[in-house]
Amino acid sequence: MTVTLGSLHRASPRAAFVLRRLARAGATIAVVLVATFFLVQLVPGDPVRAALGPTAPPETVEALRTQLGLDLPIGEQLTRYLGGLVTGDLGVSVTSQRPVTAILAERLPTTLLLAVASFLLAAVGAFPIGVATAVSTYGGRRRPLDLAVSGVLGVLVAVPNFLLAVLLIAVFSVGMGALPPAGWSGPANAVLPVVALAVGPLAYLARIVHVEMLRVLAAPYLTTARSKRLPPRLLYVRHALPNIVTASLTAGGVVLTGLVAGTVLVETVFVIPGIGTAIVSSIVTRDYPLVQGLVLVYAALVLAANLLIDLALAVLDPRSAIAEG
Amino acid sequence: MIPTLRRTLRTPQGIAVGIGLLVVALVAVFGELVFGDAATVRTIGERQAPASLAHPFGTDDLGRDLLARVLVATRLSVLLTLGATAMSVAGGVLLGVVAAVLPRTPRRLVAAFIDMLLSFPWLLLALFFSVIWGATATGAMLAVGFAGVPVFARLVNTLAASVASADYVHAARMVGSSPLRTAARHVLPNIVPPLVVNTATHASVTLLSFAALSFLGLGVQAPEYDWGRLLNEGSQRIYLAPMAAIGPGIAIVLTGVVFALLGELLSERRSGGRAGRAQRPAAAPPRQDPPSLDAVVDVAALRIAFRGPGGELVERVHGVDLHVGEGEVVGIVGESGSGKSVTAMAIAGLLGPDALVTSERVAFRGIDMTRAVGAADRRTLGLEQAMIFQDPQSSLNPALSVGLQLREVSETHARTPRRVAARRAVEMLRLVRIPEPERRLRGLPHELSGGMRQRVMIAMGLMGRPRLIVADEPTTALDVTVQRQVLRALRDAQRSTGAAILLISHDIALVSGFCDRVVVMRHGVVVEELDARRLHEARHPYTRGLIACVPDLTTDRSRPLPVLDTADEPALLEETRA
Repeated sequence: MTVTLGSLHRASPRAAFVLRRLARAGATIAVVLVATFFLVQLVPGDPVRAALGPTAPPETVEALRTQLGLDLPIGEQLTRYLGGLVTGDLGVSVTSQRPVTAILAERLPTTLLLAVASFLLAAVGAFPIGVATAVSTYGGRRRPLDLAVSGVLGVLVAVPNFLLAVLLIAVFSVGMGALPPAGWSGPANAVLPVVALAVGPLAYLARIVHVEMLRVLAAPYLTTARSKRLPPRLLYVRHALPNIVTASLTAGGVVLTGLVAGTVLVETVFVIPGIGTAIVSSIVTRDYPLVQGLVLVYAALVLAANLLIDLALAVLDPRSAIAEG
Repeated sequence: MIPTLRRTLRTPQGIAVGIGLLVVALVAVFGELVFGDAATVRTIGERQAPASLAHPFGTDDLGRDLLARVLVATRLSVLLTLGATAMSVAGGVLLGVVAAVLPRTPRRLVAAFIDMLLSFPWLLLALFFSVIWGATATGAMLAVGFAGVPVFARLVNTLAASVASADYVHAARMVGSSPLRTAARHVLPNIVPPLVVNTATHASVTLLSFAALSFLGLGVQAPEYDWGRLLNEGSQRIYLAPMAAIGPGIAIVLTGVVFALLGELLSERRSGGRAGRAQRPAAAPPRQDPPSLDAVVDVAALRIAFRGPGGELVERVHGVDLHVGEGEVVGIVGESGSGKSVTAMAIAGLLGPDALVTSERVAFRGIDMTRAVGAADRRTLGLEQAMIFQDPQSSLNPALSVGLQLREVSETHARTPRRVAARRAVEMLRLVRIPEPERRLRGLPHELSGGMRQRVMIAMGLMGRPRLIVADEPTTALDVTVQRQVLRALRDAQRSTGAAILLISHDIALVSGFCDRVVVMRHGVVVEELDARRLHEARHPYTRGLIACVPDLTTDRSRPLPVLDTADEPALLEETRA
């Protein structure tokens, strides 16, 4: 294995990198599957009793145990669980008695829309801010502006999205009456949630871009480019930007996975029918099949986001610096 | 470390953090005693009151004062935060240390597992764990605590690995220190400071995480309340009384900022001021005589200063005059710190904004390099001036193809069509003797050796119509045979274009063999200027010292080579000033 990977590494570092990341994703999937299966077993005491409460009659408890298949031997439970996954059957929600896959299909698009829209807003906003502030403060120029920008970005990174969401509602919905405070019935409903989700990541990304850009601006090859007296556009867009791609993309990966999780909080604040509100209520009601399905979906989203970034790195990274990691 | 810490605590930031921590601690300890009544007494007449003077945050649906409840909630919020942080640190140190002492294969597996956990956002991990332990305060503490374990496990693992491979640990092992003793005496003390810093920062993250879980209804349950719980209750009434939600939010953010600043303060070991931008003097120095137009480089009374670490100006070049004629090959020789490179960068107008340049004149072919150049002059400079720098590893852009970097000067400044420029690039690579130039054009710089990159830099300078090539230590980073190839390329370039060359080096033998004229610099002044063929006539003791250090075939090998003696420094300086 090492021999073949080694030779592949020499032949095409990019392909080797992608293969390695795919293998890592596969291993992670396996761990996640095992973890979600044992999630129910790990609940201290009797998981069914914990779900129904101490007052539920024994017959109800036994009925639910049978429905969840928890009365079967553990090996058979695992086979049934994995078999169900292969056939796309994630079981039936205890509270709503609907198939988990149906609930997911209904709610997942909303969450995806929120996450993707906020990521785009964060990425599109962060690059100009990071680049412009780095260029204008390079070499200790405009010290007050530099301090002000890093101060504002620092505060925006620090404010958690659920607090920001509450503030946005207080200002824009309650105060100005400009935008709806909750619900999910039209594009206007998406504005505040997307902004609440995007601001923190935007500030974080802008800081990374800023710092990376300052590093590149001080690099000798930029002095070479300056010695060619290239116009600013070529200097910054052609010579500087490609060199911040790797670090920015890696930070973008962190942001993207963070956004996937952040939807849970923002959906709760704005009462949006995505998978975030579903996972919270299913944890409270201990709806095990639904929780398992949702945890799997979230893990899959995080893995997909990471793989997406890895693939982008493999395509865009100029020097295949990725070959190291 | 203790005196540093004490000094840090006296800074305005340190005082602010100290006060913040003290306030949080006092409210956590005495909050219930002082505000407990106001937080629990039910005033039916004042239910769900909006913010007012009597109730700055309003009241809840049982008429209890919300400010008092926020203050009382401090204890539970802080205690849960500290508990979860302690769990994260303890679990992380345990896992990290275990991972560090395991044999190779399991160690790698544990490290891979930690990486895997880290690829998931903390909230997902916390949600996963809260399924297991249920939606209670203890369950949430366990969940947040466990979710933080991978962060510290990775930190401890990395730190332990880096410290364990440090030289002083090897040395301790060599003198027979047992592994346990080594860990206790050498590894642990070096891990603890960064661990403390990260704990403070992580406490801030934990506080927010806990607030998030309670806000979701997965943490503290009624009738108990922490800030997240209060925020949850407040946000349901946000239309009527926004302060009911904003109040707990303020408490969360302020406390989080105090913890975060504490971490920042602890990690800040750097002292002193920062590099500021050098200010240009208000009045331009008077010009004495007009710049000569036949000179490629004409420099008079050039002074360059930089802002020192304490903010004071440090002058590095003290009034240098330099003249390079058409097609002349001039070498500047001097030790590092003599100001030779800075002088060259000033001639090229490439000093950063942190440099303060004053001069009677710095001109390149009549273009004043001390002010911002116009568009036409920029074109001239782009085409006629070429630079080669010391480090071939970093002077070419790693992200752009060699061909693009060669072409762009003529494409940008001479509007040469791409194909014509590409053909010229091939010619120029051939001139500097790079094999397979067509293939090299498509490649990236990292595919070339150091010597090849330097020759590509030379070829790049030839793409316009160069009148001056500034080569700043172009061969220092290369080994001797490669040096010869680069110098030959430089010589070929000079012959084919007739450009002047300014060669900067610390190596007087190299410069005297290559140049027409040698300028010797030391401590930011020109100590002597000589014809390269008449070096033996050097009068300045520093120049003579430099020449004497170079061995040749007649050198007496039974005696050590002379060393530049710093004992005669005052004499040298006297002579320089004379």
